[in-house]
Amino acid sequence: MGVEQKLGNMGVVTTTLEGVVNWSRTNAMWPMLFGLACCAIEMMSAQSSSYDMSRFGMELMRASPRQSDLMIVAGRVSKKMGPVLRRLYDQMPEPKWVIAMGDCASCGGVFNNYAIYQGVDEIVPVDVYVAGCPPRPEALIHGVMTIHEKVKGESFKQYAEKYK
Amino acid sequence: MTQIEEVGLEKFKHLVSERALTGETMLLNMGPQHPSTHGVLRLLLELDGEIVVNCIPDIGYLHTGIEKNMEAKTYQKAEVMTDRLDYMNTMGNNLAYVMAVEKLVDLDVPVRAQGLRVILTELQRIASHLVWLGTSGLDLAAMSMFLYCFREREQILDIFELVSGQRMMTTYFRPGGVWRDVPVEFEKAVRDFIKIFPKRIDEYEALLTKNPLFLDRMLGLGILDSATALSYGVTGPTLRASGVDWDLRKVRPYCGYEQYDFNVPVLTEGDTYARYLVRIQELRESLKIVEQALNKLPLGPVRSDNRKFVPPPRSEIGVSMESLIHHFKLWTEGFPAPKASIYSAVESPRGELALMLEGDGGPKPLRVHLRTPSFDNLGVLPQIVKGHLVADLVAILASIDIVLGDIDR
Amino acid sequence: MDKKLEPIVKAAQEKFSATYEEFRDEVHLFVKPEQIIEALVLMRDEHNFELLSALTATDYWPQETPRFHVIYQLTSLAKNLSVQIRVPINGSSPKVPTATGVFGSANWRERELLDMFGIEVEGHPDPRRILMPEETEGHPLRKDFPLGYEEPQFTFNFDDIDLRKLYAKE
Repeated sequence: MGVEQKLGNMGVVTTTLEGVVNWSRTNAMWPMLFGLACCAIEMMSAQSSSYDMSRFGMELMRASPRQSDLMIVAGRVSKKMGPVLRRLYDQMPEPKWVIAMGDCASCGGVFNNYAIYQGVDEIVPVDVYVAGCPPRPEALIHGVMTIHEKVKGESFKQYAEKYK
Repeated sequence: MTQIEEVGLEKFKHLVSERALTGETMLLNMGPQHPSTHGVLRLLLELDGEIVVNCIPDIGYLHTGIEKNMEAKTYQKAEVMTDRLDYMNTMGNNLAYVMAVEKLVDLDVPVRAQGLRVILTELQRIASHLVWLGTSGLDLAAMSMFLYCFREREQILDIFELVSGQRMMTTYFRPGGVWRDVPVEFEKAVRDFIKIFPKRIDEYEALLTKNPLFLDRMLGLGILDSATALSYGVTGPTLRASGVDWDLRKVRPYCGYEQYDFNVPVLTEGDTYARYLVRIQELRESLKIVEQALNKLPLGPVRSDNRKFVPPPRSEIGVSMESLIHHFKLWTEGFPAPKASIYSAVESPRGELALMLEGDGGPKPLRVHLRTPSFDNLGVLPQIVKGHLVADLVAILASIDIVLGDIDR
Repeated sequence: MDKKLEPIVKAAQEKFSATYEEFRDEVHLFVKPEQIIEALVLMRDEHNFELLSALTATDYWPQETPRFHVIYQLTSLAKNLSVQIRVPINGSSPKVPTATGVFGSANWRERELLDMFGIEVEGHPDPRRILMPEETEGHPLRKDFPLGYEEPQFTFNFDDIDLRKLYAKE
């Protein structure tokens, strides 16, 4: 894994605490099992045999928001669903991240009408937007990798300011 | 954004039994976020211990305003909305829509285009049933079914990507034919699939059909008799599992279904297991249709040459002024449809998918109504779950194969 | 018109003085709102139309009399026939009687009618909205209800819209 080379004679690795925390957060990120519409089917494809998101430590979908760190908003959010989505987000423990998967979740997509929120960022803060209608599983995996990059770059100082 | 209101019992007083009012039975909310409601369905359950006394479905969490949005677009542009309606059956939705438009404006379709439509919608039916099989397996804790089913589904999606460039939202069928002819690799891809798929169905059956754990969860649950099914407007495999032989492909053939030799599986038990068996047999029948249609597929044009409704090919635009005008008119203004109403139905994997399309003489429809099968199929759920356990409710819900996009529109 | 459908249309004409229209082999019977339940029962019991395929409406706004057509699409499995019954109703206090006693599927479809068109269904056992949230004002599928278009954000107006867009807080 590369760690062995760094171990040296004393069997000790020196790193920053931030580095360890962020590394562990990236490699055990649990997404919430929460499908809304068409994109949910592609999210399932990304989980299944051909694409296999478990290669990135993402295979464990939690059905309960209280056990998950990542919300993948897969699909269009209607006016009736919006408050429910917000409540689910509020129930997730900190720290938490959101991926807006697909055009409908990012900006309303083709449904520019009375029933659909024009982007889920009106309801919950979004970290990564994945384009496509629906995005291919590869695109979702890319979105997930992007969020991993983001998490790796976060510092305790940011958290402290965020929750002051 | 509004907050979720706390719902009191007063609102549902007329729907629950009197025991709920005294607190003897419990009201439990299942959904909208629940792993086995297949989307964002909310069920309000009245429970006596583990037994379901009443079930009140609450839908609309995916209401997209598709009907209204289609009315604001021209006939060509409205088609993209139909893909996103029932997202397991995109080709079938396109077919329902283009057939309705063709009926409204009286447009003929070349034979090759019809053959392609049959092949692709039947492949889509297989893909849809595979998602159903995988997810209902998942609901009953048969995790490996999901992985196997999605493996074959990917192969079908690859074929769709080959012909249309998109995996799911293809919009490949157009009024008057299909978007363009299929590439040369198409035939080999479909033949490969036909070759391997019967063995795969045997694998699925080996895993489930006689599996005692599976039978325990399925046999004798959620019995739906044919009279109730008809009264509640249930169609598709769910109706056929209740002993009614009604398949629009057989009784009102469209797209040349009358040329193909296939059976309509009908069972009389009407329980969860019968619905499972009907769908498994449909997989085999659909594969038979695909094979016959591929063997019979003639060469020729794939789009009607009625230039009033179908845009001319790119090569013609450079040399013919008339084609250029037609192209310009069609894509800026659209084509007018008569001031009349038609009802056109096809058999989707879930039942009778129909469009009521009403023109007003202009390029935009006056009214589009989508008669979606899942809406009625879910409507019968409160009737068939009474007296069952909560765990069995999951199996029954999985067996009627609902898609929330199809219900809420 | 289909040969098998002719006697059925004739019977409806005699009994309800119904008029009919025909377009591409489809028959639309027009009956009055107060007769619709009787007509549905007749169709179901005597002519084997056992499936209510669709129940919806069309809004002809700004035309006021009649403003709506309530549409009942019936299918006969035994005879393989379809017929559409249309009920024209006026724009001021639109009302139809409930068909839940005749077809079970009418229950949800009529709730949809109430939700989407604001057509009151008399005697409905459960008159709540079905698709839209309870607190919604107006009825979306009416023609005078706006589609609710929101301006798309492109490069040239990105900052403009970004300023006034209400982003969610943590």
